[in-house]
Parts: sequence; C-alpha cells; structure tokens
Amino acid sequence: MIKVEKLYKKFGSNEVLKDISTEIKKGEVVSIIGPSGSGKSTFLRCLNLLETPTSGSVIVNGQDLSGPKKDIQKIRQQIGMVFQHFHLFPHLTVLENLTYAPMKVKGEKKALAEEKARTLLKRVGLSDKEKAYPSSLSGGQKQRVAIARALAMEPELMLFDEPTSALDPEMVKEVLEVMKDLAKSGMTMAVVTHEMGFAREVADRVIFLDHGVLVEDGQPIEFFNSPKTERARDFLEKVL
Amino acid sequence: MNLDFSQIVPYIPFMLEGIWVTLKFVFFAIILGAILGTILALFKIGSIKPLRWFADAYTSIFRGTPLILQLMIIYYSIPQLTGYDISPFLSAILAFGLNSSAYISEIIRAGIQAVDKGQMEAAQALGIPYRAMMKDIILPQALKNILPALMNEFITLTKESAIVSTIGYLDLMRRAQVVGSDLFRNFEPLLFVGLIYWCLVMGLTVLGRLFERRLKLSD
Repeated sequence: MIKVEKLYKKFGSNEVLKDISTEIKKGEVVSIIGPSGSGKSTFLRCLNLLETPTSGSVIVNGQDLSGPKKDIQKIRQQIGMVFQHFHLFPHLTVLENLTYAPMKVKGEKKALAEEKARTLLKRVGLSDKEKAYPSSLSGGQKQRVAIARALAMEPELMLFDEPTSALDPEMVKEVLEVMKDLAKSGMTMAVVTHEMGFAREVADRVIFLDHGVLVEDGQPIEFFNSPKTERARDFLEKVL
Repeated sequence: MNLDFSQIVPYIPFMLEGIWVTLKFVFFAIILGAILGTILALFKIGSIKPLRWFADAYTSIFRGTPLILQLMIIYYSIPQLTGYDISPFLSAILAFGLNSSAYISEIIRAGIQAVDKGQMEAAQALGIPYRAMMKDIILPQALKNILPALMNEFITLTKESAIVSTIGYLDLMRRAQVVGSDLFRNFEPLLFVGLIYWCLVMGLTVLGRLFERRLKLSD
C-alpha cells in the first residue's frame, strides 16, 4: 500500500528524519510512537507530502510521490488525514465540511455527497449536528467530524497525527472508539499517538522513532512486553 | 455672522445630483480596486517570483506617490501619449481603482496570512486544488478578519473621491465650489456637501457592520 525507502528530512541543518525505510500493508494499523521531537509527525506528514522529503522516496500503490504535481493531488485523495487540532473549515457547517471535497474534487452530485455524509455522521454518532458550525462543537465532536470529513473522500489509507492530544481527557475515549471501529472495518491506518493503550490493543504493528531514527518496528505485544532496545525501554518506563 | 442658508436652496437639486455622480465612480473604483487588489494579493503570497516582484513594485509605486498626482497623470497624459481623449469619469475610476488596489492587496495579503496554516494543510490533504482552496476555504475566512480594514479603505476612498473635483469632474465637491462661486458665498454649500459626505460614510459604516454580523454567524 505505502512504501517508504531511505527517507531523510532536514529542516535547515537540523536532520529530523534519518534513513527511514518501512512499509504499511493494506488493512494494517500501524502506531507510530516515540518521545516528542522524535520526528513522528514529520514522518507522517511525509506520507502525504505535507512535508517534502529531503531525499528518499514514498511510494503509494506503486506511484512515487516525488513525481509531478498533478499526481500528488490524485494520490492525496486516496489518503485521508486527521490533525491534532482538527482543522475543520469554520465557515462551513458540519455537513458542508463533509461534502465540500467530494463535490469539488471528485465531482460528486450534491444529493449523493450529502447522503454519504449523513451515513458517515451516523457512524461517528453526530447525526444531530449536521447543521451546526464547528465552533459550537466540543473537541471530541470536532475530531469525530474531522475523521468523517476525511472518510468522505473514501480514502484507502488514513493518517492520524496525534488525534487525541488536543482533547480534554473525557473526550479521548469517544474519538478512540471511532478509530477502533474504523480499524475493525479493515481500514489501513497510520497513527501517531501518545495513547499507549490504543497502540497496544488496536495496532497490528508499532513503529518506535527516536531522534529521527526508526529504532524498533514490530508487533505491539513484543514491543510493549520485551522491547529490544535500551531507548525503547527507557521510553516505555516513562510513559507506562 | 454673515450666514444665509436660504440662498443655497435653489441649488440643492444641483448639489444632490452630485451624490449620484460621486457614488457612480466610487462604486466602479471600489470594484476595480477589490478585484485588482485580490489578484495582487495572490501574486504576493504565491510562489512565482516575477509576479511577486511585480505586485511589490506596483504597491510601492501607487502607495509611494500622491493620489492627486496619479489622477492628473492619467487624465492629462493619456491624451498626450495616445491621443485618446479620456473622460474625467474614466480617469477617476482608473486612478482611484488602481490606487486603492495597492492598499487592498496589502490588507488581503495580511488577511490570508492570518488564516491558520492548518486550514491550507487540511485542504491539501483532501486533495483540493489550489484555486478552489483559495476561493472557497481561505479567502472567505480571510475576508471575515479583514472586513473592518476593508471598510476603512472604502470609506477613505469615498471621502478622498473629492479630489476628482481638480480635473473638472462634477462630483459633490466640485458642485459645492460651483455654487460657491455663483453665490459668492462658500461656507453654506461646502457645509451642505460636507453633511452629505458624512451621511454617505455613515451609510457605508452601517452596511459594513451588517455584513460583519452576517459573517459572524458561524462563530
């Protein structure tokens, strides 16, 4: 589904990602964890080219993302992204947030887009909010709308960039429930998270980054119970 | 005190007509300024260097020289250079529209840059093309932030429109002068059109507030 080869990313002289190679297979749920500043978010943002890699390649369904610009937009349509701070469009209603991109980008008819949007809103438990504006929603509700908005494009892969980090504690669960549900439905997911519970229970694989280096890449059970490296052990001791 | 407002009464219809004459070119100048200003703002934030330089140079020239000079250059030099006898009306629209676009482009540029960067990223992540993203996602949000500044620019333009009287365009201001020289009394007609200018600006202010309130609905 998505293949990363020898990925490097520098901001000026600061090397944020060093020689990362990995692969995410179809239907797989991968948690990306690591201390802050380890390059997790940058790595995720390289997967849909919100950050341009300094070198190396990101290949989605056999297509190299460093190709011409047109293709990148097409490929981005297949990759949904959920941000830490939601980034809903504040001047559009919840329903319009969900229907805008399918109508504009894929040329879907309004009736069809709205029907699909309503189905998605029902799935994230927000059917009653379709006419509301984002500013009237709680953080958890915003994030569920953001997930639905990404799903409205019917992506093959969903990227989550710390989706629960900006939420009040009591709202984390409702968002994680939606994500678990999504994982169960067979969606391919890459999740940068500090929720170790989610990584352990839901993820098929855990990638541990530290100082821009991919330190461990394996099954959650192995990683959490018997981490191979000193750095991962240190990290787990601090967060668990 | 030598004041007699009854003397201007016969001239009132003549002066009131000036409202329409002033509004007519102010309206077109605002439209021209807004369209050009938006385009220039997009040049300024875009990644194409020559366009960016052009927009910066344009702003620097039109902000760096007096409006009355620009008006005179357009009105007097276009006939000299091209032989086309440009009307005061068209000169006024061009001078005010071109001048205003320089200011408006700066307002819009600041407004766009004040929109949360995440909005652009969210649009990009959804695969929304640049044009649609600007038109439907970024500019509407920018507009909300810059409305007060934009209103201010329109008010300034409406008031400063009085300098077209210098090229003989029969606007409100010019009409007050005509009446003044006819009557040998200047204070009354000047005060009268002053009141009209004030009413026009108040009208614009109220309109702006209403518009602002409508845009605030999503908050």
